[in-house]
Amino acid sequence: MPNKTFFWFFLPTGLAMILFIGLPIISTGIQSFYAQHDQVVKEVKKCDPFGCTVSIVVDNEETTKIRDAKPLGKFNGFGTYTDRNHLAVDEIKKFWNETKSFGAFVDQVTNLPFYKALIFTLTYCLFVTPNVLLLGFIIALSLNAVARKIRGPLIFGTILPMIVTPLVGSLVLFWMIDSQGIIGANIQNLMNDPYLSLKSSKTLTWITIIIYGIWHHSPFAFVVFYAALQTVPQEPIEAAIIDGASRFQRIKHIVLPHIYPVVTFVALISLMDNFRVFEPIIGFSAEGSAQSLSWLIYDNLVNEEVILFGSAAATSMMTIIGIAILLAPVLIRTWKEFKTAR
Amino acid sequence: MRKILVTLLFLLFGTSAYADCNIKSGSINILANDFPALRTFVETSKQCKGSADFKVTHSSEHNKIAVPALTANPSEFSARIAANSSIVPLMNQDLIRPLDDLVKKYGKGIQDSQLITIDGKVMAVAFMANTQHLYYREDVLKDMGIAVPKTYEEVVAASEKIRASGKMKYPYAAAYKAGWNLAEEFVNMFIGHGGEFFKAGSAQPNINNAKGVATLNMLKKLSELSNPDYLTHDSEAIKVEWESGNVALMTLWASRSGTLLDDEGDAKITAATKLTGPATVGGGNIPAATLWWDGFTLAKNRSDADAEATFRALAHAASNKKMVADAADQAVWLVEGFVPGPKSIGVIEAVKMGAKPYPMLPQMGLMHGALGSEIVEFLQGKESAEQALKDVEAAYISKAKEQGFL
Repeated sequence: MPNKTFFWFFLPTGLAMILFIGLPIISTGIQSFYAQHDQVVKEVKKCDPFGCTVSIVVDNEETTKIRDAKPLGKFNGFGTYTDRNHLAVDEIKKFWNETKSFGAFVDQVTNLPFYKALIFTLTYCLFVTPNVLLLGFIIALSLNAVARKIRGPLIFGTILPMIVTPLVGSLVLFWMIDSQGIIGANIQNLMNDPYLSLKSSKTLTWITIIIYGIWHHSPFAFVVFYAALQTVPQEPIEAAIIDGASRFQRIKHIVLPHIYPVVTFVALISLMDNFRVFEPIIGFSAEGSAQSLSWLIYDNLVNEEVILFGSAAATSMMTIIGIAILLAPVLIRTWKEFKTAR
Repeated sequence: MRKILVTLLFLLFGTSAYADCNIKSGSINILANDFPALRTFVETSKQCKGSADFKVTHSSEHNKIAVPALTANPSEFSARIAANSSIVPLMNQDLIRPLDDLVKKYGKGIQDSQLITIDGKVMAVAFMANTQHLYYREDVLKDMGIAVPKTYEEVVAASEKIRASGKMKYPYAAAYKAGWNLAEEFVNMFIGHGGEFFKAGSAQPNINNAKGVATLNMLKKLSELSNPDYLTHDSEAIKVEWESGNVALMTLWASRSGTLLDDEGDAKITAATKLTGPATVGGGNIPAATLWWDGFTLAKNRSDADAEATFRALAHAASNKKMVADAADQAVWLVEGFVPGPKSIGVIEAVKMGAKPYPMLPQMGLMHGALGSEIVEFLQGKESAEQALKDVEAAYISKAKEQGFL
């Protein structure tokens, strides 16, 4: 395509991207450098049905004046990024100096909200992404091998987890693993421990969410792989069969190299999706045991009605940076291949 | 036949004419929490909507919706049914309007004690009181020869006895769902220990002390006697646990007693469900509970006509003797003419025992939020009480700094 044609072709999409993705990200970025103005409070008398007390309230007149003068808030620079609820720079320095062993240091750091969430998010990504790729590939291969007649219904059944709304899917599993649900009660019986609960143990909650994630995301990988498998040329495979190559060798040496670009694509998309894990935490009411970066943003925005825009913006920016770092190796590799291909 | 029809029509017309407060215009849109008493209240106000538009949103997520919805101009809602905690963010952001003029003009039946005044201005009109108190199974306690517990120490002892007898695996229940609910239990227990959340005259936290540790230890003891899924249980979930007969002692909102004692569910359990005042803790003499009021507030960012229409409809309910007589079971109404029944015993006992209201401080929401997520690891046994309290204070301080309180 000539560059000029491409430009006009891409223009509407590009404009929409700038308007709906680019500008909001810039605005979020600016927001993250600001904090609320110092609150002006005053002592007043408050009376309710239980009696009167003297207590403090925010002085709205004064606050409005300050807010009108500087609507963005108080400039905070990287203050929000480095505070305890985010990168916790000071705290980490302190832990480093105070703790005696490296283990104790790690314990202290992973107790900080941002790092706690980061570790869960990364664990989730690292377990879910490869398993989704593997499972999706195996299902695609198996379905590709079954008789054409039953393929249709089987494919439909396989992509069901993706069709089911994430929240509903996780709620169903949530009720099943309840200590009186079908899975929860049976595990208690099996382990002979009436106090065992999948929901109260941190490890078990993590495992449940990861299994749910694999269940939910595999169909996507499957659909893409299945489509790619249809394009694998038959001649080399037949030649390989004649040469006596086993099924495993055929897959390794012919099928995989052929669909390799698609694998990269699925890996990229899954990584991005998994890094933003959020719905299962709400669906499983797992806030207590598992917090992800997206959940932190949500929490800052709805936490007890006090909306922490600065915190939420800072976490959002760091999530974007996190995704960029995660994707960097794959992107660099694709770029290099693109260059050599030319 | 025709006569009957005419009479019926008259009756219908008659009642609606009686209820109509002659509101000619305006639109009414109410945001409220979702429990039976509030539904009754809103329904009652709807009777008098006249020709005004009437919409209502009942949601247990009301806390998350309120501030953004009322910040918009014009605001999505013309009224918000708030409580002592949820009025604070509305006040902080200056989102609700003073009601003095409207009370003077249309608030004939509203009693002075219902008015929430802040700095001399009426900011809300309360219509019901609420608290968390003990529920117990009379049959179970009688069988085991246990007296009705008055303190949380007795609750623990009774629950341990019931568990040891093999009758119930998880004899105690309370809404310990991580987040708002769990934090609320901490607030109750901390106040029961005589704690103050902030250093006098400042927004500096004051929970990392002996009282805080005692509070956490008591919460942990109780959680160990609860269903192991307690961190996911809110008020609705423990209500279900109770109705399935798995629980003998429970701390729950007074406003939920109506649904526990209705005709639905096992009649035997319902008959044995008894209410008593909130328990004290650690030898203290005030109950480990907070007093709450529910009342209505009007959005500032909405036209005066809408505010007037909304106020008239809601004031109709907030001074409705018929409603409080008909729905006497659903809540402890603060409206004139309410005769407390057996289901109000929890709140009345709490008031008698000198329970404190939930602290109405501008920075309390941040503390509540920090508590909800930072004490979980202690309950799971992953961290010491001191560490958990240190974390709460640190999380609170960061948020309070960003919000300009420190």
